[in-house]
Amino acid sequence: MQQRSSTVQEPSAAQAHRPTPPAWRPRTDPAPLLPDAEPLRVLGTDAAADADPALLRRLYAELVRGRRYNAQATALTKQGRLAVYPSTTGQEACEIAAALALEERDWLFPSYRDTLAAVARGLDPVEALTLLRGDRHTGYDPREHRIAPLCTPLATQLPHAVGLAHAARLKGDDVVALAMVGDGGTSEGDFHEALNFAAVWQAPVVFLVQNNGFAISVPLAKQTAAPSLAHKAVGYGMPGRLVDGNDVVAVHQVLTEAVTRARRGGGPTLVEAITYRIDAHTNADDATRYRADGEVEAWRAHDPVLLLERELTERGLLDEDGRRAAAEAAETMAAELRERMNADPVLDPMDLFTHVYAEQTAQLRAQAAQLRAELDAEDENR
Amino acid sequence: MTTATSGTAAARAAGRPKPATMAQALQRAMRDAMAEDPAVHVMGEDVGTLGGVFRVTDGLAKEFGEDRCTDTPLAEAGILGTAVGMAMYGLRPVVEMQFDAFAYPAFEQLVSHVARMRNRTRGAMPMPMVIRVPYGGGIGGVEHHSDSSEIYYMATPGLHVVTPATVEDAYGLLRQAIASDDPVVFLEPKRLYWAKSDWSPEAPARVEPIGRAVVRRPGTGATLITYGPSLPVCLEAAEAATAEGWDLEVVDLRSLVPFDEDTVAASVRRTGRAVVVHESGGFAGPGAEIAARITELCFHHLEAPVLRVAGFDIPYPPPMLERHHLPGVDRVLDAVARLQWEAGN
Repeated sequence: MQQRSSTVQEPSAAQAHRPTPPAWRPRTDPAPLLPDAEPLRVLGTDAAADADPALLRRLYAELVRGRRYNAQATALTKQGRLAVYPSTTGQEACEIAAALALEERDWLFPSYRDTLAAVARGLDPVEALTLLRGDRHTGYDPREHRIAPLCTPLATQLPHAVGLAHAARLKGDDVVALAMVGDGGTSEGDFHEALNFAAVWQAPVVFLVQNNGFAISVPLAKQTAAPSLAHKAVGYGMPGRLVDGNDVVAVHQVLTEAVTRARRGGGPTLVEAITYRIDAHTNADDATRYRADGEVEAWRAHDPVLLLERELTERGLLDEDGRRAAAEAAETMAAELRERMNADPVLDPMDLFTHVYAEQTAQLRAQAAQLRAELDAEDENR
Repeated sequence: MTTATSGTAAARAAGRPKPATMAQALQRAMRDAMAEDPAVHVMGEDVGTLGGVFRVTDGLAKEFGEDRCTDTPLAEAGILGTAVGMAMYGLRPVVEMQFDAFAYPAFEQLVSHVARMRNRTRGAMPMPMVIRVPYGGGIGGVEHHSDSSEIYYMATPGLHVVTPATVEDAYGLLRQAIASDDPVVFLEPKRLYWAKSDWSPEAPARVEPIGRAVVRRPGTGATLITYGPSLPVCLEAAEAATAEGWDLEVVDLRSLVPFDEDTVAASVRRTGRAVVVHESGGFAGPGAEIAARITELCFHHLEAPVLRVAGFDIPYPPPMLERHHLPGVDRVLDAVARLQWEAGN
C-alpha cells in the first residue's frame, strides 16, 4: 500500500503476472427494468384516442359505482352496521383496474382496504364486507371466486400470491395472480421476500402498490429513501412500472400488460400507482392531525372519476343521460347494500369450534360442550 | 436406542433388516409420500442438491426433480408464505426449517395464516402442509441451533404439533402428517437423527393416527411423561430406577397437539405418581399444561404432586455447558425420589 502512486505507471512485472479475479458480470441488464421517469398517463393525452370506447364506458360505470360503494360503506360505519371501513375513495381507479385486468381463472390477493376490487371482480358486497362488519373473517369461498381472503397483516398476502402462481405454473395452468399492497406495506419484510421469490421463480405474479401517500399517518418520506417504490423492482430483477393511479385507463393498460407478460412466461412485474387517500385511514382515524386540507383539495382536482368523465365528455361518449344512468345504477347498488346490511347477521356461537381443525380435538369437544351448556342456560333463563 | 455394531451384524446374519436411522426413516416417509401423491412438494433451504444439512431430504431432488424438491431462497417467511399459496392451489407442501431457531422469521406466516386459514375461511381453504423443524439440543450446536421451540407452536390454535422419538414413529408420524388436511409442525429431535433401530422401510409400517400417546415401558410405581429427545433419557432412568425398587411407566406423547389426555390419565391413575420430562424450559413450558391437566383429571389418584423435570429457564447455553442444562437420568431420578414414596405404598 505504501507504494501507491498518484502518477499513472506501466504495470510492473509482478502486476502483469498477478492472476485475474474470477469473472463477474451482472446477472441481468438493469436498464430495461427501470421505471419511466414519469408515471404513465393516458387520459388527457393523445394516447387516449386509442382507448376502446366500450372499455371506457365500462370503466366509467365501475368507477361511479365504486365511488358510491365507498360512500355507502362509510355511512354504514356511522350507522353501526360496519365495525370499521378503510375507504378507497380517491383510489377507485386502482381498485377497478386491478379487478378488470384479470381473467376469470386468475387470482386476486387483496389487502383489507381492497374490498372494492373484490366487488368489482364480481363478489357480493355483503360477502366482501363481513370482515369489517365483524361476523365472519372471510364471507366468501376464496376458491369459488379466486379471491384470497382479505388480508390484514400487511404484505403477508404477497408470498401467498407468489406461491399460488408458482403452483399453477407447475401444474401447467396459465393462471396469473395479482397482489395488492400499499406504500406502507412495501417496508415489510414479506414484501421483500415475496418479490425475491417471484423473481427467482419467474412466477406469474403482478404486484400492485397503491402509493396513496400515507401509512395511516406516516408519509412516504418516512417510509422509504428509494427514488420511487417502482425502482425497488430492479433490485429483484423484475421490471418496475410507474403509473398515474388516478388515471383508470393508464392503470388498466399497465396492469393488463403486466398480466399478459406474466401469463406468457415473462415473470413478475412491480407496478407503483401514484394515488391519494381522500378519506382518513379508516372512519376511526383523524387525518387533519397529519395532513393539510390544501393537499387533499389538490388531489380532489385530480380525481379518477373526474378525469375519465372529462375525457368521455370531450369525446362525445358521455352525455347527461349516460351520467344519470351510471349514477342511478350506483344508487340502486347502494340502496340494496344498505337494506341488506341493515339486517342483523344470524350467527351460531357453536360455529366457533367447527373449523379449527378438520376433526375436533378432545379438548375442543370439551370446550364446545361447555359453551353449549352456557347457551342452554341462557335460553332457560330467558 | 442405538444398536451396537455386533448386533447389526447379527441382525443381518439372521436375515433381519439393516438398521435404519431416524434421518433415513424421515427421508423414506417423504419419498413414499411423493411417489404416491404428485401434490406433495418438499421445499426449504439446501433441501435439493445437498439433501438438507442433516441429509433428511437426500436424493429427493434427484428422484423427483427440482420442481418437487426445491432449494428456495434463504428466507423463512418467504418459504412458508409461498407454501401457503401453493396449498391454496391444491399442493401439499412439506417445508423444512433448517433449525429450530431459524424458524422464527416464519412465525407470522405460521400464526396469522397457516394456523388460521381453515378457520377464517370456514373450512373452504384448509392448509394441508407439514413444517419440519429439527429441534432441541444435545448435539454440541453453537448459539441458535438447539432451541426447544415446541411451546410456541403448542400455544397456537389450528396447528398440530407432533414429535417422534423412535425411528419407526419418524416414518409413521411423518406419513400421517403429510396425509393430514391440517397443518402439522413436525418437530424432529436432532440428537436422535442418527439413532438406529431394526425398523426397515421394507417392513410394513405400523401407522397410527396423530394424537395417540403410547406406553413405551409399563410400570406400576410412577409415570414418566415425555416426548421426542427426552424419551431415551426416561427409558434409561426407568431402568436405573429398578435398582431403587421403583417400577416406572414411561409414556411417549408423540403428539403434543392434539394431546392424548386419555392415555396419560389412565397411566397416572394406575401409578398414582407423575413426572413430566422435557428439554423445554419449565416456566410456562409444556409440562405446566400437562401437570395441570393431570391434576384436574387424576386428583384423587395422586399420591404426590406432579413434578416437572425441564430445562432451566435460561437462553439455551453454549454447547460446553449444555449438559448441565439438559434433563439427564440423574435429574429424573432425583424427581422420582421426591414423589413421597414413604406416604404411600
